[in-house]
Amino acid sequence: MKLLLKIWRQKNAKTKGSFVSYQMDNVSPEMAFLEMLDSLNKRLVEEDKDPVAFDHDCREGICGSCGMYINGHPHGPVPAITTCHLSMRFFKDGETVWIEPWRAKPFPVIKDLIVDRQAFDKIQIAGGFISVNTGSAADANSILVPKKNSDEAFNSAICIGCGACVAACKNASAMLFVSAKISQFALLPQGRIEAIERVRAMVAKMDEVGFGNCSNTGSCEAECPKQIKLTNIARLNREYFKAY
Amino acid sequence: MGKLNSKIPDGPLAQKWTKYKASAKLVNPANKKKLEIIVIGTGLSGAGASSALGELGYSVKTFCYQDSPRRAHSVAAQGGINAAKNYQSDGDSVYRLFYDMIKGGDFRAREGNVYRAAEVSNEVIDHYTALGVPFARDYGGTLDTRSFGGVQVSRTFYSSGQTGQQCLLGAYSSLNRQIKKGNVTMFPRREMLDLVLIDGKARGIIARNLLTGEIERHAAHAVVLATGGYGTIYYLSTLAVNSNASAAWKAHKKGAFFANPSFVQIHPTCVPQLNEFQSKLTLMSESLRNDGRVWVPKTKGDTRPANDIPEEERDYYLERRYPAFGNLVPRDVASRAAKERCDAGFGIGETGLAVNLDFRDAIKKQGKKSIENKYGNLFEMYKTITGIDSYEEPMRIYPAGHYTMGGLWVDYELMTTIPGLYSIGESNFSDHGANRLGASSLMQASGDGYFILPNTINNYLADEIRVPKISTDRPEFEATEKEVRESLQKLMSIKGKQNAASFHKRLGKIMWDNCGMVRNEEGLKKALVLINELKDEFWKDLNIPGAYSELNMELEKAGRVADYFELTELLVTDALNRKESCGAHFREEYQTPDGEALRNDEEFTYVAAWEYTGEGKPHILHKEELKFEDVEMKIRSYK
Repeated sequence: MKLLLKIWRQKNAKTKGSFVSYQMDNVSPEMAFLEMLDSLNKRLVEEDKDPVAFDHDCREGICGSCGMYINGHPHGPVPAITTCHLSMRFFKDGETVWIEPWRAKPFPVIKDLIVDRQAFDKIQIAGGFISVNTGSAADANSILVPKKNSDEAFNSAICIGCGACVAACKNASAMLFVSAKISQFALLPQGRIEAIERVRAMVAKMDEVGFGNCSNTGSCEAECPKQIKLTNIARLNREYFKAY
Repeated sequence: MGKLNSKIPDGPLAQKWTKYKASAKLVNPANKKKLEIIVIGTGLSGAGASSALGELGYSVKTFCYQDSPRRAHSVAAQGGINAAKNYQSDGDSVYRLFYDMIKGGDFRAREGNVYRAAEVSNEVIDHYTALGVPFARDYGGTLDTRSFGGVQVSRTFYSSGQTGQQCLLGAYSSLNRQIKKGNVTMFPRREMLDLVLIDGKARGIIARNLLTGEIERHAAHAVVLATGGYGTIYYLSTLAVNSNASAAWKAHKKGAFFANPSFVQIHPTCVPQLNEFQSKLTLMSESLRNDGRVWVPKTKGDTRPANDIPEEERDYYLERRYPAFGNLVPRDVASRAAKERCDAGFGIGETGLAVNLDFRDAIKKQGKKSIENKYGNLFEMYKTITGIDSYEEPMRIYPAGHYTMGGLWVDYELMTTIPGLYSIGESNFSDHGANRLGASSLMQASGDGYFILPNTINNYLADEIRVPKISTDRPEFEATEKEVRESLQKLMSIKGKQNAASFHKRLGKIMWDNCGMVRNEEGLKKALVLINELKDEFWKDLNIPGAYSELNMELEKAGRVADYFELTELLVTDALNRKESCGAHFREEYQTPDGEALRNDEEFTYVAAWEYTGEGKPHILHKEELKFEDVEMKIRSYK
């Protein structure tokens, strides 16, 4: 099929970017979206032009590297998948496809579709851990955890840190991302011990690096490729109130 | 010969590690702060080592090529992590885990190392649980386990089909704690381009900042490579597309021997290739073989939908050939059996390169809910990629390149043949012999990183406490940086036509066709010729737009592919040298009448450690004889 791509090209954070058009004539519906971009880049290299820069790695939806706005949606129009899992069979012949980077102040554009997501790491460094040194743990079965809690902790822990929640949010809020980690640990006895310090530190860092607040629109949940639930944010708020 | 000293401690197998720890030299806490350690890679082994070394008080500098350490490819491991806990009381023990690994590796791994990996496995599970890794649990609150290929006990701990992700995020969290404390400095988006030696010791690296293109010098008292495997030599593999062997290869060229490069695991259960543009093959966890039955039609070229083929017309070939282990035979056996059926014309789908993995009977017996609980995310992922609902019809699967048992040669202390250079996790060769059993890569990587290296590196650093902080102004750094700049310039100045990925794809095809699941002398010799022809073309017709002093992803790829041209040559050489079949290395010339691998213990009970001798010169082979004192070498049978 034939597609017209409108891709955001930006040399670096300091220069202004703009959309550039690329006509694609031989797109197979069996291609993955990133493979379609690979084929564009192959062509650009053969023409000695600068290929489109984008982050990607595992290409199986788990590393969280890839992420771009496609036709107005983070990770594209299909819900609950990452960009690398998006197949070209979801596009129509003759369609114009708009491709942009995440747009949020704490995620400055590095080049083209690549943004700097280190703000996420900074929040995790502030408190997203349990303080236990290697070798000091007791036998794994010495603390029992109800299956229900453990399963729920897992459902929060599957966040891949891609940033789609922030990109989707009109406030550029990172509440879904932060609340997923807070919830995972809040639900486990191992995590309860530092619960107060953790929620204080992570929320303070989240504000410091420039993410906005949550106004309960729910676009983060709608666009999250791992379907992390909004109820995590409620739990984060509860943990936060308890901490003061 | 004689150059290799594995430094296995004397004494009974079960006491070697305890004895080693009791006698190894230590570094006092005040001195640890002054000692710097570089760790390359942030998967389970790299993040684990960085955390544990930071906790001990060393000054650690950790590097990864991704934008965040949380994205290292350990994240993609699915099925689980083994430990000899014997929580199920089904006869498991450290010894049995050790024995399963030795046998699974087809008696080509070192007893002492393997036993130790089994020994620390229990501590690994305790540690991850304490870090808040949500492993699956039973209703009473205890940890649940499941079975994996090649064993008859249930010792695999798991978090749905995302165990690697959960363990890695646990390791990432412990790394973050050390970053916060200032014990670890993190350098993301850096690629190690060379190793710096001073007086024969590893003293630092030259790295490229992938965002700015800047070439950086970093010094340390010791360097640890935790850089993973080289499964992407096949281009299409289950690995992340940016996974590469460059750091290990550069270290090899500086003097670290490369061991058993031809031992590459082809994973039996992957989504088959769907089109020619494909950049990646997705793994479907081996745990699926707990409940899924593998079959092909009994009639050649049967094109009926799977559900229309009656029971008596299905060939459950694994259950037929291997009644004792059935669908849970080890990976190498399962992969070859699938290839055998497809080559014989019984494969399914348009390409005929696929077999069925069928959950019909398990769903009938246990209910859909139970299957969904165990593998929900895998079924979803399969549906996303193929559009097929596996609750209703079988998955189609085919083998794909996955894990490399081979890697840098290391001794018992995980040190390479370069003093002060360590290699941990998949990047070393030590624990899996000629074939790795499922769920033991997370186990080994975590064990190496958290529990083994932090206990062995002191023994080296204890003698380094008088060495002051190493300056990057030293001539050795100057010289290595110059070499790196020249090699980057060389790649940039080819100015041909084709991009790096096109070469990689063609190289991968050569390797897959001639040095994949099945190898023979003729094919291997042909591969050497083809690799060299393609390599010449690469150095004439590669094109990289832009400059090396800026973000340039084409340059990153090109550098990795350039190294693969050299590594593949060594890999094929090693496969030619090993005139036997063992584990994943299957030479057609050496097989039993019923098509099983035929070892030659007389001549090949050794680790092949290859020494680099210079550009265009042949490698020198060093043999480390393997001694089996605690197990009897047997024909590996899963029948």
